[in-house]
Amino acid sequence: MERLLVAHISEIPPLRSRTVRVGGIEVAIFKLSSGELYAVENRCPHKAGKLSEGIVCDHHVFCPLHDWKINVKDGLVQAPDEGCVRTFAVETDAVSGNVYLKIASGSLSA
Amino acid sequence: MKRRLVLVGNGMAGVNCIEHIIKLAPGKFDITIFGSEPHPNYNRILLSSVLAGDSTMKDIVINDWDWYRENHITFHAGQTVTKIDTIHKTVTSDQGVTVPYDDLILATGSLPFMLPLPGADKEGVIAFRDIKDCETMIEAAKKYKKAVVIGGGLLGLEAARGLLNLNMDVSVVHIFRHLMERQLDETASRMLQIELERQGMKFLLEKQSEQILGKKRVTGLKFKDGSMAEADLIVMAVGIRPNVALAKENGIEVNRGIVVDDFLQTNVPHVYAVGECAEHRGVAYGLVAPLYDQGDVLAKKLCGIDCAPYEGSVTSTKLKVSGVDVFSGGQFMDAPDTKSIRVQDDIDGIYKKIVIKDGKVIGAVMFGDTSDSSRIFKLIRSGEDIGGREKEVILGEGAGKSSGGSSVASMSADEIICGCNGVTKGAIVQAIQEKGLTSVDEIRACTNASRSCGGCKPLVKELLACTLGEDAVTASKEGICGCTAMSRDEVVEAIRSMHLTTGKEVMNVLGWSNPEGCSKCRPALNYYLGMVWPEEHEDERESRFVNERNHANIQHDGTYSVVPRIYGGVTSPQELRKIADVADKYNVPMVKITGGQRIDLLGVKKEDLPKMWADLDMPSGYAYAKALRTVKTCVGSTFCRFGTQDSIKMGIELEKKYERLNTPAKVKMAVSGCPRNCAESVIKDFGVVAIDGGWELYVGGNGGVKVRAADLLFKVKTEEEVIEYCGAFLQHYRETAKWNERTSEWVERVGLESIRQALDTPEKRAALVERIEKTLGLTKDPWKEIIETRELRTLFDDLPAPEAAAARES
Repeated sequence: MERLLVAHISEIPPLRSRTVRVGGIEVAIFKLSSGELYAVENRCPHKAGKLSEGIVCDHHVFCPLHDWKINVKDGLVQAPDEGCVRTFAVETDAVSGNVYLKIASGSLSA
Repeated sequence: MKRRLVLVGNGMAGVNCIEHIIKLAPGKFDITIFGSEPHPNYNRILLSSVLAGDSTMKDIVINDWDWYRENHITFHAGQTVTKIDTIHKTVTSDQGVTVPYDDLILATGSLPFMLPLPGADKEGVIAFRDIKDCETMIEAAKKYKKAVVIGGGLLGLEAARGLLNLNMDVSVVHIFRHLMERQLDETASRMLQIELERQGMKFLLEKQSEQILGKKRVTGLKFKDGSMAEADLIVMAVGIRPNVALAKENGIEVNRGIVVDDFLQTNVPHVYAVGECAEHRGVAYGLVAPLYDQGDVLAKKLCGIDCAPYEGSVTSTKLKVSGVDVFSGGQFMDAPDTKSIRVQDDIDGIYKKIVIKDGKVIGAVMFGDTSDSSRIFKLIRSGEDIGGREKEVILGEGAGKSSGGSSVASMSADEIICGCNGVTKGAIVQAIQEKGLTSVDEIRACTNASRSCGGCKPLVKELLACTLGEDAVTASKEGICGCTAMSRDEVVEAIRSMHLTTGKEVMNVLGWSNPEGCSKCRPALNYYLGMVWPEEHEDERESRFVNERNHANIQHDGTYSVVPRIYGGVTSPQELRKIADVADKYNVPMVKITGGQRIDLLGVKKEDLPKMWADLDMPSGYAYAKALRTVKTCVGSTFCRFGTQDSIKMGIELEKKYERLNTPAKVKMAVSGCPRNCAESVIKDFGVVAIDGGWELYVGGNGGVKVRAADLLFKVKTEEEVIEYCGAFLQHYRETAKWNERTSEWVERVGLESIRQALDTPEKRAALVERIEKTLGLTKDPWKEIIETRELRTLFDDLPAPEAAAARES
């Protein structure tokens, strides 16, 4: 398990996201209104829309291309659409405010 | 253990089947695909449009390399399978790769039929079948002039049209007297020939080719009657034959094609065939629709899903040649036991014929106007009895009444209601009945119908009404979105009376069912709050759609397009130079003039946006916003010999005055300098037409999803009045329309008279103008704001690449 320092908590505004490239994959890290962070692959399973640009409501993001609704906690696409986005574990260091992505070694060979 | 599925042939039929399988049973199979061509899966039907220059090779790729990777498909591109071992269940390629299978799909397609003429092996003699042929033609056109296409069928004519586009001198040789004799009757064929001759194609009909002339490269073609044609390039498009060699050599039963049963299985267990290589009930199809029908059945069969057997397809043909609309389907030739109805209009070049047998439509041919083809083809396939309304079928129902005119009640269940998302009437009715839906919103949420452009919304509504009965629909109350039952007016009233100033407050106080709303209500609330409390409400960027947050239009590949403000459409050499320099600097892949006379820089990377705006040093064109987009103008009295007033000046003034104003939906304006109306003011939200001694003001026009001609609101005398009425109109619209409601819908909802009454006295106008001025005074150019604000600017960049923090910390 690799633990990658990707951001400081202050770099991501609430109900917004930032993107980071890890291996060959673009990851979108969302900050919910509660301050919790969740990370998903920045790619809607429908037509590869950049989820990072979607409107965030509670723990869902709406894809900006065709309004698919995706749960950022488990990556599941909400009805009436179907599918799943890859999720990544995020950890925030309460003291330093550093944000880490935790990624199983070798899982990013895209 | 996953089942091992091997597909031989990376064409449309086989890969379509694989697509179905992936959807039906993800992860059930380990999939391997072999393809002889070194390309990912592409749409062969569109080769003619590549040749015609309407598409590029890239455009016709159906599934790119990523698709294979993402679906974990092993793809052996450029490898031809040469051996199948049906005992040990393996296949082997020409490069020695051997792969075991549990199930094997043969989709080897077909080969172009090459006439065995002497000289057919000369350089410059080709078929029209794959990307390589297409490239050969494009290359040949650069060096040579004369092309001869052998074959006056569908493929031959498409190839010929493409060669014409490549500026070649093209002759089509056909053995019969009529073109496309397998699809058209004599009349349609003649009309087609006349049209193609008009486009510059030459025809050598009733000519039988005998010999191809030339030493190394072709120089001409000799016919049986002794005549000759010069040629630097000969394209043979005389037909195809199923590619059965692989199957035949490996003990699989072959007739004309690979023989399959109603579940696409060959005589060898676990070996299937689909597409042009297959022969089903004695028919080998060479068109796309049957291939998809077959792929669908086979996918279900392999995934273990019950489905009806494949029973053959009724085929239809459309010619893909620009400027020519041809359709034919079913059995279109007259026979002793058939009757037909024909409509022939030589003036407009329109011909339609339907063939009827026992009260049913069994075939049709159309030339010049094929708009009814899908409706009529449906009748052919369904075999519906049309006794007594034969003429209606060909002339259209209720001729003369508004376009389409088909009542939703009379549509068949498989007819598509929502064209964007392909939702049929049957699917909607089923959802209404099974899930107890009572509103268009619920139907959208459940079926996707009306989710994209919204053009089908009235049809969906009508369908809802006729499924449930009118009363059931009106009785159910529709909120502004799924989060609330409150209407727009109730929400706005609450914002005013309870002095709510943030989206969060509204959702809390008014009891939203989703605590943070949804992608529909959040932008709406942000708009209403800003409209009611322009000074107090702080714009909520996180509630804005991406385009309005990033101040550029997001495109399907995640890039953006940038449109600088060019007031009234008038620019200067300096400005153009600046735009050109910026386009160069950021490698903008396309520069385009927009529908509203502005310049669009397409394909810009998100991180480049702020830098580009800074370099452009021009205001934002708001081509992405719910705000004033453009004011289109004609040349007017400045240069035009008919112009009665200065439309350019008027347009620039309006654009400068009202730019940046948030509105419920996008607003487009236009100013025409005379009643010839070259700026198309009557399909704009606010249109101005100069007349001698005054101006006409039009409102509620729309040239988009639902075309609507604008209504004349007032006539005024002075330029000042135009500005004043425009402001009052915009503010009244801002205050009373629903979010996302275009003026065209709004005018119809509230009525033109109510708008006149809101604007008819100087006092009323002054009050509205005062409120709009207050809002206008608060607007800022977003591009400038972002360039000057570091926190906003950094949000356009990716986070820096991560470091392996674990190592450093432990």
